[in-house]
Formats: sequence, C-alpha cells, structure tokens
Amino acid sequence: MSYTLNFAAVWRSFDLLLQGLALSLGLAVIAILAGSVLGLVTAFGLVSKSEVLRRPAGLYVTIIRNTPILVLVLFSYFALPQLGVRLGKIESFVLTLAVYSGAYLAEVFRGGLIAVPPGQREAGLAIGLTEMQIRTSIIIPLMLRNVLPSLGSTMISLFKDTSLAAAIAVPELTFEARKINVETFRVIETWIVASCLYVATCSLLAALMRAVERRLAVPR
Amino acid sequence: MTNLLEIRDLHKRYGTVEVLKGVDCSMRQGEVISIIGSSGSGKTTMLRCINMLEEFQGGTISIDGQEIGYEAVGGVRRRKPEREIARQRALTGMAFQQFNLFPHMTAAGNVMLGLVKVKKMSRDEASALAEKWLNRVGLLSRKDHYPGQLSGGQQQRVAIARAIAMNPKLMLFDEVTSALDPELVNEVLQVIKGLADDGMSMLIVTHEMRFAYEVSSRVIFMNQGRIGEEGDPREMFLKPKTERLAEFLKNSTFN
Repeated sequence: MSYTLNFAAVWRSFDLLLQGLALSLGLAVIAILAGSVLGLVTAFGLVSKSEVLRRPAGLYVTIIRNTPILVLVLFSYFALPQLGVRLGKIESFVLTLAVYSGAYLAEVFRGGLIAVPPGQREAGLAIGLTEMQIRTSIIIPLMLRNVLPSLGSTMISLFKDTSLAAAIAVPELTFEARKINVETFRVIETWIVASCLYVATCSLLAALMRAVERRLAVPR
Repeated sequence: MTNLLEIRDLHKRYGTVEVLKGVDCSMRQGEVISIIGSSGSGKTTMLRCINMLEEFQGGTISIDGQEIGYEAVGGVRRRKPEREIARQRALTGMAFQQFNLFPHMTAAGNVMLGLVKVKKMSRDEASALAEKWLNRVGLLSRKDHYPGQLSGGQQQRVAIARAIAMNPKLMLFDEVTSALDPELVNEVLQVIKGLADDGMSMLIVTHEMRFAYEVSSRVIFMNQGRIGEEGDPREMFLKPKTERLAEFLKNSTFN
C-alpha cells in the first residue's frame, strides 16, 4: 500500500462539509418534528377501539415502514411530479423523511401508549377530565417517558437517513463529501472526515437525549 | 327531598354474561353504605357504573335527580355527549384499589390537576386547596413527594385527597385497602372514617368486614349480580337472614 494520508485538501473544503452538516441537521429537525406529530396521531389511531381509525393508521405504517427509504425518496422526487405534485428537491426530501419518520415513530409511540396502565385513564375520568385532557396531561407525558430510550435511537437513525438526500442532489453532508471526493481524489480522507462528523453529531444527539431522560425521570 | 343516589333496575352485561341482573338501591345524603360480597358478585361493577367507567345496558342511575350517562331521545336510549358525562363524573369521587396516582406529578400536583383543569381554578387557589386536603389526610409534609416516593398507604391517602378535593356529592371507594400491606390498612381506614364522621356520603366496596360493621349506616350484600340482603350492619353481621350471607360471613374474617 502506497497511499499517504493527506488531509490538506479536505480541510480546504471543510466549510462545505460543515454547511452540508448544517443542512443535514435542518432536514432532520424539520422532518422529525413533523414526523412526531404524524406519529403521535397515528399511534392513537393504532391503539384506538374504532376500526375506522385503526385501519388507515395500520395501512400507513405497513406501507411506509416496509418500503426502503431510498425508494420513497426517489418516488417522491421523480414519480410524484408525473402525478402533478411538483416539489423542490429539499421540500420533496423533507416531506419524505417526515412521512417515513411518522411511520417509525408511530410504532415507537404505540409501544409507549400500551405501557401506560388503563387505571391512569380511569383516574383521569373519575375526576371529570375529558379524554383530550387525559391525553395531554397524563397519557402523553407518561408515554414519552416510556419511549425516551428507544426514541433516541430512532432519532439517530432518522438523522443518518438524511444522507440519502444525496441521491437527489440535496447538498447535505454526504453529497458535499462525494463532491470533495471527486474533486480532490482524497478518497479515504474525505470519507473519514465525513464519518467523524456523523459520529460526533450522533453522539451529541445521544447525550442530549440522555439528558432529557434524566430530566424527565420520575423520582422514586 | 330527592334521594342522593337512586338506582333502578340496573342491568349490565359483558357480551352475553350478565353481571348485574337488576339492582335497585337508593341512598340519602350523608349515608355510608358498605357493599360486601364474594368476588364476581358485581359489587365493583355496580360502583363503576355509577361514574360511567362502565357502560350499562338497562335501568337508570340518578344522582341528585340527574340521570347519569344516558338519555332517552324520542324513546331511544342513548349515551349522553362525552362532555356531559365528564361533568357528571365530577359529581362523584372515586378511590381505586390500585391508587392510580399520576406518577409524574407530585402529591400536590395530583390533587391540583382536577381543580385546575375541571374546576378551572387558578394555580394558587388549587394549591391552597390541595394543601388543605393533604393536611387533612396527614400528608402535608409530603406534598412535594412523587407517588414512587410514598408508601402504599400514603399513596392511597393522596388518592383520597385528590378525589375529595373536587368536592363530590358522593364518594366511591373500590376495595381501597386490598392492595395494601396489612400494617398500612389502618391509616387509610382512619381517613375514611374521618370523612364519614364529617357527613360525607359514601359507597364503600370492601372486604374489611370489621370496618364495614363499624363505619356503615347500612350494608348491602351482593350475590350473583343482585342484592342478596341489605340492612343495618348489626343485624346483617350478627343475624344474617339468608343462607348465602351466613355462608359468606362464615368464610370471611370478621374479628
């Protein structure tokens, strides 16, 4: 092996990588926020007694969770315009990741919901709370505490999925890295640096989630 | 004067299994009624119908003349709107076998939730009232503790404070000491006895025969979905009229 590591070329373009990372984070934050709302509504649908709510929720999760995200990304960018839905590549990707994370988070939230004892709802009913008040004051706060450990993992996964936006030329971290790779031929260096940026960001995210977990922990 | 509680021909089915087969019961303001009977006799189910935690298929329940849960529209019986049912549930307070305190809220937070969300009190008003009732059950010093930091008996007392702070017309106790270690039973019974002495109207489903004997103005013995016998506690416990009750009392611990 006669490859000598030389990071100089990568450092010269480091700004680009950071800009890419910023875009990756932006994509992830918006998509996960939207996906959380979608996932929460869907999770309540999944555990509902009413078949009219359960069926569509189940169908959504089944279809989206069982399709590779790259296929979904390509579908919404290339196929949706044929159906008259024209979106920019960033909008198209955010929408896809939001819909995708909604399906994953719905399952995470569902697990958290069924772990809340039914007595909690009954105690809420008994003091005269409405179903909606019970959800917002009791069920959702308890569900969130139940799911925090797996929620952290899911969020890290979803953040890393932003790298698939490179497939439709969204200038996020992976796309920028590939560009630098092609322009400088510093293959190993480029991908090492890009990987390090992903690892650092995900570690930070994990630490943040653990902090939230500690903060919300119920004292006993 | 109308009765506080009026139950007429109450029928309740789970699928095809009829668990309440026509229960009639009326209760005046200030009465303390214990409901005893073996498991499966329908006593808890009857209690849960009164605050609509269970639906029922036949008969009527009225509190202070208000019909609970259902209304007849054009001769068709149908469930009242959820908002109305939520409002009616606040007429009663309930304490559960498993306490069901909200684990993510402090003792005071548990008591305040209904005051703020249902009674629309300010947080200051609610907090003052929560302290008053926690003091009443002897737990003012624990107001900032979470349920996980309290013993079973303390949790149950907080749960009673949470229910009573809502100022219900009628308190429902569903086997509130059954999940407690024996040495914690008494502190909870003392709280309930104190409420009885204050004139609170109460329906108490219990397996504590000695307590039922001492605290009740009337005892109802449930047997296979019907009222098997009812009356004055002294007569019921010492001179049961029916074979069933005599048998039940022989097998329970009344000491």
